[in-house]
Amino acid sequence: MLQELSLHILDIVNNSIRANATLVEISVCIHRDADKLSIVITDNGCGMTKEQLQKVTDPFYTTRTTRDIGLGVPFFRQAALITGGDFSITSESGVGTTIKAEFRLSHIDRMPLGDINSTIHTLIVTNKLVDFLYTYEFDGRSYHLDTREFRKILGDIPMDLPEVSTFIMEYLEENQREVDGGYLI
Amino acid sequence: MKSLEELRAIRESMQGQIGLRSENSEQIRVVVGMATCGIASGARPVLTALSDAVLTKGLSNVTVTQTGCIGLCKYEPIVEVIEPGKEKVTYVKMTPEKALEVVDQHLIKGQVVKKYTIAEAIG
Repeated sequence: MLQELSLHILDIVNNSIRANATLVEISVCIHRDADKLSIVITDNGCGMTKEQLQKVTDPFYTTRTTRDIGLGVPFFRQAALITGGDFSITSESGVGTTIKAEFRLSHIDRMPLGDINSTIHTLIVTNKLVDFLYTYEFDGRSYHLDTREFRKILGDIPMDLPEVSTFIMEYLEENQREVDGGYLI
Repeated sequence: MKSLEELRAIRESMQGQIGLRSENSEQIRVVVGMATCGIASGARPVLTALSDAVLTKGLSNVTVTQTGCIGLCKYEPIVEVIEPGKEKVTYVKMTPEKALEVVDQHLIKGQVVKKYTIAEAIG
């Protein structure tokens, strides 16, 4: 498995992008009272057939041609299940895919969330034609980043323009600090 | 909460300047492998280091992007530099520090950093 949940998110969203998604919704929710950390990734990509959906959690199944191992989904699933959490994928061919992973927050094997802002920033800035709706929630307080809102203001100014790229990172960091008070997750 | 006011200010200050930054066929493409193997071996910090360096040094002829599995998983993190008219250069086992060297030596000064290339690694 990877070292941080933020890297798993980066990995899974790359699948969505390979599936030609134009909108990827990512939500990270932490509830200390419920002892839960949940991650939901939904895309409007090409989706999977029933047969593909059945095989996707198999590490020896992949749709790429360079290798015959596909570890991203099985790793993410294992990361959730070893904390006593939950994992599910639903998908419809031609519609899209949703992955839900739930982690028991206090479990000793629950890996840290890590640098989630780097992940979101990297995804936005290197996939300029894809829209992202990122929601971060901590104990009921939340904020969101919707690239569609950004695009309405920016017009045709690209997301990887230095000033915009810096703004996106600051937006993510400041808002996260306001929502979770710097709590180490 | 940080608001979107700054974005509006950026937009206003960029009015009429877009033409200067449009991508053309002379762009040098720097491609970072970001499949599971790449991510697991530390490609994200390499990508961040490259993007930041290109930004701060104002290298407007360089585009940094990511790609999926290149098929050489044990050499990840991999960075490919693709310059129009030149042979593709594949750097392997990259770190943020090596990436900065590549930016200075290769992207700015035009000298391939041979010791980090795949030819050197395979021997």
